[in-house]
Amino acid sequence: MLRLVVRRLLQLIPTLLGLSVLLFLWLNRLPGGPASAILGERATEAEVARINRALGLDEPVHVQYWRFLKRIFELDLGTSTQTGQPVWDEFALRFPATVELSVAAILIAVVVGIPMGYLAAKHRGGWLDVASVSGSLLGICIPVFFLAMLLRGIFSVELGWFPSQGRLTTGINATDVTGFAVLDGLLTGELDASWDAITHLILPAVALASIPLAVIVRMTRASVLEVLGEDYIRTAESKGLDKRTVRGRHVLRNALLPVITAVGLLTGSLLSGAVLTESVFDFGGIGSFIRTAIDGRDYPVLVGFILFIAMVYVLINLLVDLAYSIIDPRVRVH
Amino acid sequence: MRIFKSRAVRAITTAVAVGLIATGCSSDRDGGDAKGGDKDTFVFAGAGDPGSLDPALASDGETFRVTRQAFEALLEHEPGGSKLVGGLAEKWSSDEAGKVWTFNLRQNVKFHDGEAFNAAAVCANYDHWFNWKGTYQSSAVSYYWQTIMGGFAKNEDAEAPKPNYKSCTAKDENTAVIEVNEPSANLPGGFSLQALAIHSPKAIKEYEKQDATAKGDAITYPKYSQEAGTVAGTGPYKIVKWNKGNKEVSLERFDDYWGAKAKVKNLVFRTISTEETRRQALQAGDIDGYDLVAPADVTTLEKEGYEVPTRDVFNIFYLGMSQSANPALKKPEVRQAITHAIDRENLVNTQLPEGGKVATQFMPDTVAGYSDKVKTYPFDTAKAKDLLKQAGEEKLSIDFCYPTEVTRPYMPAPQDMFELMKADLEKAGITIKPKAMKWAPDYLDATEAGSCALHMLGWTGDFNDGYNFIGTWFAGPDKQWGFKDQKVFDAVNAASEVTDPAGRTEAYKKANEAIMEYVPGVPISSSPPAIAFAKNVNPPKVSPLTQENFAEVSFK
Repeated sequence: MLRLVVRRLLQLIPTLLGLSVLLFLWLNRLPGGPASAILGERATEAEVARINRALGLDEPVHVQYWRFLKRIFELDLGTSTQTGQPVWDEFALRFPATVELSVAAILIAVVVGIPMGYLAAKHRGGWLDVASVSGSLLGICIPVFFLAMLLRGIFSVELGWFPSQGRLTTGINATDVTGFAVLDGLLTGELDASWDAITHLILPAVALASIPLAVIVRMTRASVLEVLGEDYIRTAESKGLDKRTVRGRHVLRNALLPVITAVGLLTGSLLSGAVLTESVFDFGGIGSFIRTAIDGRDYPVLVGFILFIAMVYVLINLLVDLAYSIIDPRVRVH
Repeated sequence: MRIFKSRAVRAITTAVAVGLIATGCSSDRDGGDAKGGDKDTFVFAGAGDPGSLDPALASDGETFRVTRQAFEALLEHEPGGSKLVGGLAEKWSSDEAGKVWTFNLRQNVKFHDGEAFNAAAVCANYDHWFNWKGTYQSSAVSYYWQTIMGGFAKNEDAEAPKPNYKSCTAKDENTAVIEVNEPSANLPGGFSLQALAIHSPKAIKEYEKQDATAKGDAITYPKYSQEAGTVAGTGPYKIVKWNKGNKEVSLERFDDYWGAKAKVKNLVFRTISTEETRRQALQAGDIDGYDLVAPADVTTLEKEGYEVPTRDVFNIFYLGMSQSANPALKKPEVRQAITHAIDRENLVNTQLPEGGKVATQFMPDTVAGYSDKVKTYPFDTAKAKDLLKQAGEEKLSIDFCYPTEVTRPYMPAPQDMFELMKADLEKAGITIKPKAMKWAPDYLDATEAGSCALHMLGWTGDFNDGYNFIGTWFAGPDKQWGFKDQKVFDAVNAASEVTDPAGRTEAYKKANEAIMEYVPGVPISSSPPAIAFAKNVNPPKVSPLTQENFAEVSFK
């Protein structure tokens, strides 16, 4: 197990190195260069030259790359040009919101999706099957931002059930401990704040969950159908084993392996997919920050975000492999 | 299976129950009547985060909207208007040459940190700005200081403007005298800017310990400007918290305020970046008001019972022409033809909210110096064709840049406005090559560099002086327009040297006439921006300069 973890962590290095070269080349090909992005439209040529000197942009490319790389290894992501604050601080401020939203979305997708897919497979051809298959198709078809706007229009503007935007209602007494609003409320005993944070999470999380939910339903259904057709299941059932044991231990366990991989990858993509949902609900996480960073060409933030997402993907893959090896001991042998 | 099924059913039932509880808990939300019984907090949504809690480091409206409630300048504009009136200075005067400005200060004024306001405090501020070093001298940080007062005690950049600020003297406890080297059209208007609002001297000492550094790849703003705690002004509210994660700045009534106390105890500015979300947040009752209402929503919101006051026009929307991007534009006939070709009346009627006006010159009629005698170019396609023929440009083909993903107070629907103008110009026989660009930075960069032959831009005034409009564009050669016409430049600059207000107004009238004789571009319209409030709110007086004072707000 430890070897697996170490090997996977080592794999981070070439991935991130490759990415750093791509990012560096991208930054160097920008029109006007970083100086004009920093100084904005009012910069004089002398100012641009001064910034270029200050940043060492007049030095040879390999020297610049080496410095860029060193900074990444020192975890110095630079300063956001939109806010004038260190990129790390900005991420630390907003990351919990995005994690909270993504976790909520993936929870909805897993908790609803796996039983739904399982039931659909069990009742293949029945109304439940038809409903979940066509429902999941709809989930994939509707663009997330449209669904988000639809949900907000109905459930917050028309019905007034949920808040329309933000993470917390103004005036709610919430102490910031970890940055995770739901958790903070529980830790400090401010249950009102936790509850308020949950009501703010529901609509965006449902919108964000739509695609993973659809994928999970379909994958679980297909996977369960496949396993149900396997000889060993028939054997087990014909041997008169308890049906519950067969389905729980054999069918679900084996059917869930591909689903777990999918959940891992979906979680990674949710982090970057949150950009649109967060924008619609002005959720205050990384997503909406990235959107404004794209608009304002805030390169340090974009570079940091891309590196960060790459790291998250590698780590999630690691977790998926670990989960895999727990469910299916054969994986550990290799 | 049965068991599984019943478990599933139980899970679903639980989920539904949780949903219902959620419903019950928040059923007091009712469109337009925000926050149930809590009338202590007023929440207002803007479109962008403020950049800094020290307005001296900023140059954008979102920052100033927040800081304006906490900081006051020597002068200000009358509530709801654009006339200069006393602020922290009760009276002010200048010598004949316009170089020595004397301010008689208001007495018994306190800063939020308990310090007393006096002439020494005023000078501490001006000297603090004048002595800025390093990164602070970048125009990205000190734009307004440089616009109003020029450079610094020691300019570190050869291209920095020449300093115009000379000195500030505390003549006595309540009299401050500010001297400049040359008379300037930006004074006294500049004394009213938020960027030159007065801070507590104690806070300034703290500011000076911190540095805005250009480290790595951007300017890092000093910590004091990012966290409430150090900054202190004299305004009706004090800034108590900036929760960046939740995108809100919280202010609290300042009980020792010298003037009329704020009616609502807590004021919160929240950032909701998209217009659609802001409107729905108001309708859902999550906020009590918001700015930058889409013109298309004004009537709908009014019908639903919301308060949607409209500001007086204080902006101008124009079709810019860049002579360096297309040499045909150097011919006066071509510029006149384009001006005749556009049906401005139609643009105003179809694209602007009620109260929009056709512009005849590069400033709205609310600014002193507006002239009734400028040459006009009425909509006349036939005449446009004639003029093109005279110029030998019957087959004129021209780039027309327009921005996407943006609305500005003067330009509510850029793409639609572009389409209308394109159709008009095509009717006159001009071939239009459309170029769509993202507003920032692509579009702004391109127009600024003069690479867009035709482009759409506008301006909202900072203070009521003609120079703030026409001086912005026509005081000298500017890449955006790409022309050099000494007659126009001289006319504009002549006004900045006149110190008596009546004389200056006359000079601006002459300048407007000279500009419209030359017709460097087409002034199109001025539009009244709207601002929306919940049904239970008594809105503040709206200001043409977007300088609303939220201390006036109360709940019905």
